[in-house]
Amino acid sequence: MTIVKTHINRRSFFKTTAIAGGGMLLGFSWLASCTPDKVLDEALTMPSEWFNINAFLKIGENGVVTIMSPNPEIGQNVKTSMPMIVAEELDVDWKKVIVEQAPLNTEEFSRQVAGGSQSIRQGWEGLRKAGATARQMLINAAAKRWEINPADCSTSEGMVMGPNGEKIGYGEIAAEAATMDIPTEVALKETADFKIIGSDRGNVDMQGILTGQPLFGIDTRREGMKYAVALRPPAFGQKLVRFDDSAARAVSGVSDVLQFGDKIAVLANSTWAAMKGKKALVAEWTQDSPAESTADHDAKMLELLNTKAAEPLRKDGDVEKAFAEADQVLERIYEAPFLPHNCMEPMNFFADVRADEVELFGPIQTPAGTRKRVAELLGREESQVKVGMSRMGGGFGRRLYGDFALEAAEISKLSNSPIQLVFSREDDMNAGIYRPASKYKIQASIKEGKITGYKLTEVAINSHMYGLIPNFFPAGAFENFQVDAHVLESNITTGAWRAPYTNFLGSAENSFFDELATTMGVDVVQQRLDLLEQAKPIAESDERIQYSPARMQDAIRLVADKAGWGKAPEGVYQGFSAYYSHNTHVAEIAELTMEKGVAVVKKVYCAIDCGIVVNPIAAKNQAEGGIIDGIGHALFGELTFDKGMPSSTNFNSYRMIRMPEAPEVEVYFVENDIAPTGLGEPTLPPAGGAVANALFQATGKRFYKQPYFKEMEVLQ
Amino acid sequence: MPSYTLQINGQQMTVDADADTPILWVLRDHFQLVGTKYGCGIAQCGACTVHVDDVAVRSCSLPIAAVGDAKITTIEGLSEKGNHPVQEAWKAHDVPQCGYCQAGQMMSAAALLKENPNPTDEEIEAAMRGNICRCGTYVRIKAAVKTAASK
Repeated sequence: MTIVKTHINRRSFFKTTAIAGGGMLLGFSWLASCTPDKVLDEALTMPSEWFNINAFLKIGENGVVTIMSPNPEIGQNVKTSMPMIVAEELDVDWKKVIVEQAPLNTEEFSRQVAGGSQSIRQGWEGLRKAGATARQMLINAAAKRWEINPADCSTSEGMVMGPNGEKIGYGEIAAEAATMDIPTEVALKETADFKIIGSDRGNVDMQGILTGQPLFGIDTRREGMKYAVALRPPAFGQKLVRFDDSAARAVSGVSDVLQFGDKIAVLANSTWAAMKGKKALVAEWTQDSPAESTADHDAKMLELLNTKAAEPLRKDGDVEKAFAEADQVLERIYEAPFLPHNCMEPMNFFADVRADEVELFGPIQTPAGTRKRVAELLGREESQVKVGMSRMGGGFGRRLYGDFALEAAEISKLSNSPIQLVFSREDDMNAGIYRPASKYKIQASIKEGKITGYKLTEVAINSHMYGLIPNFFPAGAFENFQVDAHVLESNITTGAWRAPYTNFLGSAENSFFDELATTMGVDVVQQRLDLLEQAKPIAESDERIQYSPARMQDAIRLVADKAGWGKAPEGVYQGFSAYYSHNTHVAEIAELTMEKGVAVVKKVYCAIDCGIVVNPIAAKNQAEGGIIDGIGHALFGELTFDKGMPSSTNFNSYRMIRMPEAPEVEVYFVENDIAPTGLGEPTLPPAGGAVANALFQATGKRFYKQPYFKEMEVLQ
Repeated sequence: MPSYTLQINGQQMTVDADADTPILWVLRDHFQLVGTKYGCGIAQCGACTVHVDDVAVRSCSLPIAAVGDAKITTIEGLSEKGNHPVQEAWKAHDVPQCGYCQAGQMMSAAALLKENPNPTDEEIEAAMRGNICRCGTYVRIKAAVKTAASK
């Protein structure tokens, strides 16, 4: 058993117990007003009383437990997996658990954010302590009633047991447990004793999804709510000059048209009427800052790649010297375009700005940050602004930004009514905060059959790779190593997109290593294992190094074994790729075949070291999805600009991967007892490289520029 | 504004709406049947798929005036207790990630199986290629369609 300090927010406990007075605890106002999102087991009888043990959970008199899922659910399964961790340490039967989306409450919960694949990793300890603390309070209450030492008691599936055959259900002792002192130390389970963690648990929102219940932000319907859509500048760098709304106002159902900034909102009694009204608007725009085009970006970015960077992001040894002394320097440039996020649920938000209170509700990855920005925008105290989290129809980084929530708040304020702002697909694709276009130049020097230097130069739109990335592999593997970065400023808005930067860098570096191995006449998998071996001393001594060479080796050996690396049957072409990101180590092998001259990605093997796997069925789903998403965007994803206008406006002009192009995926996990890390992003970065390398095996052609389909017929 | 009486999930429902109003918005905004999802508005993503007389139709591109007395089934009416073989299979395979496109996916799958109870892989792919899933749950959707077909 591991004993840990709890650091549970004491103030909130005092607050709760002070309200309580006697045996029965009154809930926080938000708890009392909550209705359960879903009853996992239909046979479950709802309790008549709830006892709040802490912010994460309450227990009914009949033993039913409600666990709050603190973080926003974006499709990464945290609404199931985070409560599983609490339930494990609480030691209850999962069938008796009801899960609710927690409200935004920065005092009780830390980091209510969906991003960076960090929910499980950063939530792990706190969730375990929340469950374990509650369990200890239940034990203490039972021991007090039995007048025995709590240390002599144990628990199992919602029961406290005493040494002499005493037994009491959590529900029966919950009222007393809620009044117990908060333990300052609690025992955590040994991983070998886990009953819930590590076993498949179905999505807690499954029944709602299956039957079309209103789970998503766009499903919000409120009394008196108006539907709003907005017309925004058609090209980046444009401003509104004037507009004529007479035709828009004549559309039946349209109730108001109003300007906010350089945008025009149309309000109506249905989304369709609002969309029709928007189409009827006549607006005049002027170019306020340069009308940028992809051709210009490309030329400038290639020029920057050959310019000396100001300050390297990481520098070991002297790459220039290594290059000068080398037998050969391999140099390649890899290019990737802007990408829209294309969440299947377009951006939307509900806002009701009233004199006394501001209520916002909808799909948001950053509820706390958004609350702050809305308060600033409206000139209100943060305490006057409520932001509720709906389930999200995807996010992939787009819903970190909250611009749509701010727009909704502004429209509600100006119209003095509750509104739901909805982006049309065209709005969603063209008012994006895109994955920035980027290019990488990679150089490696070879001398006497050894790699003596490695240099990575990045150029990206608006910002360069974040600070941890220069310390990912292959940092540490080479004595002479350097990462440089250039930024090309643009008025096209850019931001995080599933696995920022690494979503393409993972492809680029793995493509380069594959070509390097071919050039040197060695096996790429063996070479990677050797380079990781070489990196071990530096990884030990250099605190900046992010990855574990040993864990990456484990993942690589596992995938090579499962895929039968190097033993593919005639006509099956394999491509290897491995990448560390978001604290998780992933190795993948793609297999493709040529069918009538067309390359078909048939299967991807994937091995992952993410430590303890909380919910295997969902973890595999994340891995399958990340790989298919990664392959889809590497093959087909592209948004270009001409005079500030995006090239695609909807799915008829933007190609997404569809079922016939999606390969089979086999997922394996490296088994260990290390604290878990996230899975929302890490399987995506290696996927494109695995396919590019398999394409080389099949065709003898190297792929340097995404989307690859432009150079290769793939399932046309 | 004309008035229409529609057959939705076995019920007669009446609404005043412009003739060009897509059924998607009639369902979502007038009848509060929000299970049918908006994805693209141009019949390219399949999120809005419903059944019109048992055939999968993209409701975003079906104007109310074109429906007549055809029977419309939405995800809310696919089964009484959420236990249509397709729904059961989706649950068994734990298919959804974000879940947004899944109503449309299930409606496409249910229409396919009604017409062709034992589809081949190619037939499944052909019937399902109109439905986009950005989360990339295609592997599970395909497996779930096969499971549902076996029931």
